[in-house]
Amino acid sequence: MIHSLFLVNASGDIFLEKHWKSVVSRSVCDYFFEAQERATEPENVPPVIPTPHHYLISVLRHRIYFVAVIQSEVPPLFVIEFLHRVVDTFQDYFGVCTEAAIKDNVVVVYELLEEMLDNGFPLATESNILKELIKPPTILRTMVNTITGSTNVGEQLPTGQLSVVPWRRTGVKYTNNEAYFDVVEEIDAIIDKSGSTITAEIQGVIDACVKLTGMPDLTLSFMNPRLLDDVSFHPCVRFKRWEAERILSFIPPDGNFRLLSYHVSSQNLVAIPVYVKHNITFREGSSQGRFDLTLGPKQTMGKAVESVLVSSQLPRGVLNANLNPSQGTYTFDPVTKLLSWDVGKINPQKLPSLKGTMSLQAGASKPDENPTINIQFKIQQMAISGLKVNRLDMYGEKYKPFKGIKYMTKAGKFQRCVWIAGSDRYYTNRASLIIVTS
Amino acid sequence: MSASSAFNDEKGGSSSVGEPEYGHDPASGGIFSSDYKRHDDLKEMLDSNKDSLKLEAMKRIVAMIARGKNASDLFPAVVKNVACKNIEVKKLVYVYLVRYAEEQQDLALLSISTFQRGLKDPNQLIRASALRVLSSIRVTIIVPIMMLAIKEAASDMSPYVRKTAAHAIPKLYSLDPEQKDQLIEVIEKLLADKTTLVAGSVVMAFEEVCPERIDLIHKNYRKLCNLLIDVEEWGQVVIINMLTRYARTQFLNPNINESLLEEGGGGEKTFYGSDEDEDEDEEEKEKKAEVAAMAKRKPYVMDPDHRLLLRNTKPLLQSRNAAVVMAVAQLYFHLAPKAEVGVIAKALVRLLRSHSEVQYVVLQNVATMTIKRRGMFEPYLKSFYIRSTDPTQIKVLKLEVLTNLANETNISTILREFQTYIKSMDKDFVAATIQAIGRCATNIGEVRDTCLNGLVQLLSNRDELVVAESVVVIKKLLQMQPEKHSDIIKHMAKLTDNIQVPMARASILWLIGEYCEHVPKIAPDVLRKMAKSFTNEEDIVKLQIINLAAKLYLTNSKQTKLLTQYVLNLAKYDQNYDIRDRARFIRQLIVPTEKSGALSKYAKKLFLALKPAPVLESPFKDRDHFQLGSLSHLLNAKAGGYQELPDWPEAAPDPSVRNVEVKESVPEWTKCSSREKRKEKKVEKPFYSDSEGESGPTESADSESDSASGSESGSGSEESGSGSESEESEEGSESEEEEEEEEEKDKKKKKKELKKPVPETESEQSSEEEDRKIKRKSKQRKSDSESESDEDEESESESSQSESEDSESEIEVKKKKKTAEMKPPSKPVKKETKKEKKEMSLLDLDDFEPAPSPQVTPVNTFLSNSLVTDLEGLSLSDSVLSPATIAPSSVLKNYELLHRITGEGLSVEYCFSRQPFSPDANMVAVQMQFTNSATSDTKNLHMEDVKLQSGMRVKEFPEIELLSAGETAMAVMGIDFCDSTQAANFQLCTHTRKFFVSIQPPVGELMRPIFLTENEFKKEQEKLLQNLGQLMGMNEITEKLTLDAKCRNEHAIVQRVTTAANLSRVPCGSDKECSPPVPPPDHPVYRFAGRTVTSSSLVLVTVATKEEGAAQLTVNCEKMVIGTMLVKDILLALTQ
Repeated sequence: MIHSLFLVNASGDIFLEKHWKSVVSRSVCDYFFEAQERATEPENVPPVIPTPHHYLISVLRHRIYFVAVIQSEVPPLFVIEFLHRVVDTFQDYFGVCTEAAIKDNVVVVYELLEEMLDNGFPLATESNILKELIKPPTILRTMVNTITGSTNVGEQLPTGQLSVVPWRRTGVKYTNNEAYFDVVEEIDAIIDKSGSTITAEIQGVIDACVKLTGMPDLTLSFMNPRLLDDVSFHPCVRFKRWEAERILSFIPPDGNFRLLSYHVSSQNLVAIPVYVKHNITFREGSSQGRFDLTLGPKQTMGKAVESVLVSSQLPRGVLNANLNPSQGTYTFDPVTKLLSWDVGKINPQKLPSLKGTMSLQAGASKPDENPTINIQFKIQQMAISGLKVNRLDMYGEKYKPFKGIKYMTKAGKFQRCVWIAGSDRYYTNRASLIIVTS
Repeated sequence: MSASSAFNDEKGGSSSVGEPEYGHDPASGGIFSSDYKRHDDLKEMLDSNKDSLKLEAMKRIVAMIARGKNASDLFPAVVKNVACKNIEVKKLVYVYLVRYAEEQQDLALLSISTFQRGLKDPNQLIRASALRVLSSIRVTIIVPIMMLAIKEAASDMSPYVRKTAAHAIPKLYSLDPEQKDQLIEVIEKLLADKTTLVAGSVVMAFEEVCPERIDLIHKNYRKLCNLLIDVEEWGQVVIINMLTRYARTQFLNPNINESLLEEGGGGEKTFYGSDEDEDEDEEEKEKKAEVAAMAKRKPYVMDPDHRLLLRNTKPLLQSRNAAVVMAVAQLYFHLAPKAEVGVIAKALVRLLRSHSEVQYVVLQNVATMTIKRRGMFEPYLKSFYIRSTDPTQIKVLKLEVLTNLANETNISTILREFQTYIKSMDKDFVAATIQAIGRCATNIGEVRDTCLNGLVQLLSNRDELVVAESVVVIKKLLQMQPEKHSDIIKHMAKLTDNIQVPMARASILWLIGEYCEHVPKIAPDVLRKMAKSFTNEEDIVKLQIINLAAKLYLTNSKQTKLLTQYVLNLAKYDQNYDIRDRARFIRQLIVPTEKSGALSKYAKKLFLALKPAPVLESPFKDRDHFQLGSLSHLLNAKAGGYQELPDWPEAAPDPSVRNVEVKESVPEWTKCSSREKRKEKKVEKPFYSDSEGESGPTESADSESDSASGSESGSGSEESGSGSESEESEEGSESEEEEEEEEEKDKKKKKKELKKPVPETESEQSSEEEDRKIKRKSKQRKSDSESESDEDEESESESSQSESEDSESEIEVKKKKKTAEMKPPSKPVKKETKKEKKEMSLLDLDDFEPAPSPQVTPVNTFLSNSLVTDLEGLSLSDSVLSPATIAPSSVLKNYELLHRITGEGLSVEYCFSRQPFSPDANMVAVQMQFTNSATSDTKNLHMEDVKLQSGMRVKEFPEIELLSAGETAMAVMGIDFCDSTQAANFQLCTHTRKFFVSIQPPVGELMRPIFLTENEFKKEQEKLLQNLGQLMGMNEITEKLTLDAKCRNEHAIVQRVTTAANLSRVPCGSDKECSPPVPPPDHPVYRFAGRTVTSSSLVLVTVATKEEGAAQLTVNCEKMVIGTMLVKDILLALTQ
């Protein structure tokens, strides 16, 4: 299946290679570089590139291309999904997955890759098993290792792969038994120029951090499980139980994991938590344009909208922007034409606004295309869909764990059409408003 | 040394990062600068007896390997450490060994004995890892040793070692393909393994070594299906893909015989509206055909094993792993009955939330699926809307999907989306959008003109790329109907002055040449300009200039002879030989000389032959002959090692093969059911095994989706399934035993299944028998009631047409009877419009009791035409306006909802009563008339299970408690069609039966009349025309027509228009006061106005008559689709 793996950084250098079968020359990546050159944007490199003897399947994460070399037919998603799993593992191990982190931990990386694939076929991808085989580096361990010459590799033989619960190792012990669940929801929406919603949907995940001794068996039930329209589970969740009773029943992996991701049925109306008022005009014949943007909270159930970040791709004709934010700071990059405005928290009493003028190239005609606007924000302690966890029960162990549940609303892809008003013509276009909470 | 310098450079560059291998030991970093020396040092470290030094050395070596540096000269020093006690050193040595053994075969042999020793170790993990490394060393000499090791490991106690053995098989196979036969034996053995740990790996080996030996799977098929859910994700993908291929060779195509399935599929078949439309039609047809072909046709019965596969893969759609979801999706796409494929759509749409690479692959597959099964993804249309943050390649794919999903009903929303895309800054994407609009226009005739108008608007865009792309697309569209659009061609001719993109220029020139007869004056002038700039043009444009010249020479040689010769002379000396050749060829062909042979006679035919319009097709058409989700499908080219998806077996699969399989699997299952074996299996079983205990719950869960299997799942023993379910969560021996018991039950049942003809068959057969009985019955009944019902029919038809006075009276009598009969069961109803009330009251007095329920009123369908006109006459007296202002003046058309025969005596007709529906103004009132011509009473008539397109709503009619034999009842329901002509589907239920019915409105019923004066009308029309939309002209549709001979007077026109659509006439009387120039009385203009029911969009219709029955019909409406459909309907009404 997967023959070799090359890691390529943003400047096109191969900084790591690993082969699972016979060695493939790194010149095979030339085809990849060609495609990279052809693509205008980094993310436009086609994920699958055929070459005369191989196929290159790549993913781009953290500005690193993970290029897998394939020799024969294999489901492309299989490889893509695996590569993403590799990245997730690196992130899990090193905190970040950057070129520097990988180079710093090259031996661990190599050991991981060796365990994850055997002859190109995935072997151990569960982080629990991997952590048993190869201990993640910590500052303390690195120091101890340096002094005592001990190793990262597990001392005793790992048993995880033989476990009846492949995602959980045996003999877990904690002094404080805790289970935390984060319900994080993202809103995706497209709103047309008049402010009415074209499409809006809510995607959510429940991320868990479970630190419980032994082999606990948990059940998590919701007040309103019917809200969940489409779900995908961590393999630990018993599907039958969900089908029959709408209860999540599972033996949790140890540590952090994503228990569930879900989609809230589109029948339920999505309450959009912010609104944007905008007035962007260009006058024909003059080199000045007006820019006026106001944000406000809407249907947030009294929760504060925080960490708001507005960014907008202004038309190419715009030379500079001279704006005045009522709060926060803004920057405008004259090269990329990217305007970003760090708003912070929205105060409902005094709505943040950004007003001012834009200067156009002298003599240039009014820009044809419209700017796009991206907005990110967070709302704490609220799940916009109204999903509520009813209770969490534990079976199989005697002790009483500490349980915690946190709600968050986070907006994913949130777009709004914007009008640019000119003197004689109206333009319509779509701008995007991205709302993020955490 | 070059390597070392490169290394140093790199080190310098990334100094801040730091060289990882020095990270732990800063001292060693700076000391050794040359490669040679450093290797020397490494050797020393490896030779030392301190583990920490060895480890340090190995780490540095591995770091070198990772960077792609050659470390092969260290082989002897490294290989010595293979027996090192330190685990990490050992591991790193393995890494090194696997990487370089191939290059240093002799030295590598030194390590073999260590691994051989490891293979005998009591610890299973050591055995496994020894086998793993041993099989990874690609040294041909050790093939026999590997073979032996694999065989031994394949019968190891530990499943983990067996798994490793399965992994080793493809390694050995790639090293020495001659071992294939022996390896197949091992695979066969491992395939019989019952642990989930092994299953994925061995199927993987099977796929690599002997994918053609599908016969090996027979015995293990059911086991694999049942284990599937517990296999790790990656194994699931491989197994599902393999089983897809297997099923294609072993089972019958479930869609061969769709009608029966759909009847069997019952509740779920009507999952998606649009599918349903087809289905409904098909069903109608097929029902008729069925009666005839009943005896002949052998019903399709799904093999229970086929069902097993579908059932056991379905939960995996919920997997977090995109590859698994995709694998299940393709399995359903290729194997499931049409009605069940829909379940995968939701899961695939969910994957669109994932990383962009995943999106890319999923969208490619969705694009292929949407061509075959559009209905499946229609409800998720909005999920494919493009966001400005999407990468271009995703945008283009989404565009592809949107285009594939476009149909008459959603095209207006899609086009509106496209309008916003055109303004994007991403020019590649804009170009793709324009092409998409072109494809929509060719596929959906109704919007062709609208799209063309929109594209013509784009010609004045400032961006040249946009203009160029539009030109190319317009060219293709014009080719379909050039005669209508000579003005567009003229417009484009003007563009040649400005537009520079070669492809666009070439397209324009081609158009002008091709249709030079439509633009006889402009064409020569264009040629003149082009001749001037000929030398500066691109090659592609030059070729078209020559083409244009040739065509003009043939049609209009007087004006263009000199020009043509000039162009040909220029071309003669062109640098490009293609152009020179073309010029020579054309000169010979068109300019008659004595030498030119017979061919030049046909020059005109050659050049001006009618060319077929290009078909704009999706690039994803026919891609589904590749297995979806595969690399080959993605690339649309066969990748190495791709296994073709076999076609379904033609006839019923060879029964002997099936028998063999059953025979084979019977012993398998009996084997399993013996207690000890089960226990053994149990031990290895990972944790609460869902897959084992599953058969119960799954089946019952499935019974919803598969009513055919209902009888199977309903069979009492399954009840235990839900019971044990709860116990499942508790661990321990108890539950295990329980499970076992359950399993045994399961086994027994399975055995039964095998002995008996499969239950599913039974049920289906029985249901069929029922059907047959019913049919027989209905036939009898039919003959019984033939005379009676015939009468009924007659009178009904009379009632709707009734022209003669006496039939009217007859009806009156009948109606009296009927209403009298009707009163007790059906809640009588009331009507609303003032006018209608007035009219009705004339009749009501003796006929109708005042209705107690305020609900709704059925319009009196029995009102004869003449009566209506009479009443109109009455109302005339109090109206100053012309009679035509009264909107619903014409006959209401009755549609059949349920035929007497299908309904087993119950027949239902409906009409659009054109009355406001009082409970909800946004709904269209549908009046239904139930007639029970059966011999028994029908009770509890009500509707259920309403299936609607999103946004649509239905207000159900009140339940009719009793409809005695021979009686008739009426009821009114309201439907909010959301301004679309999508059908509303629901079940009509009686106390015994359910009937699937659907109501589809003609577009004319989706509006209600409004009163406008002529001035207001004109104002509104202006407003609509100046709407801010980008693609202007979308709001107006104009058609020329010739009025039918019988339809040239005012009354006829007004009546026909108002029949076709629920509009009211705009009085022309006011005309005189407002606009001084009175239109000539012999060419009057008729105007009609209305609003759509749901969104209250204006609908304005103008019929302007001209000489000799010619007329022009103009419809203005914001809703493009409604407009185009309305034009069609009115056109039809006026010309027939």
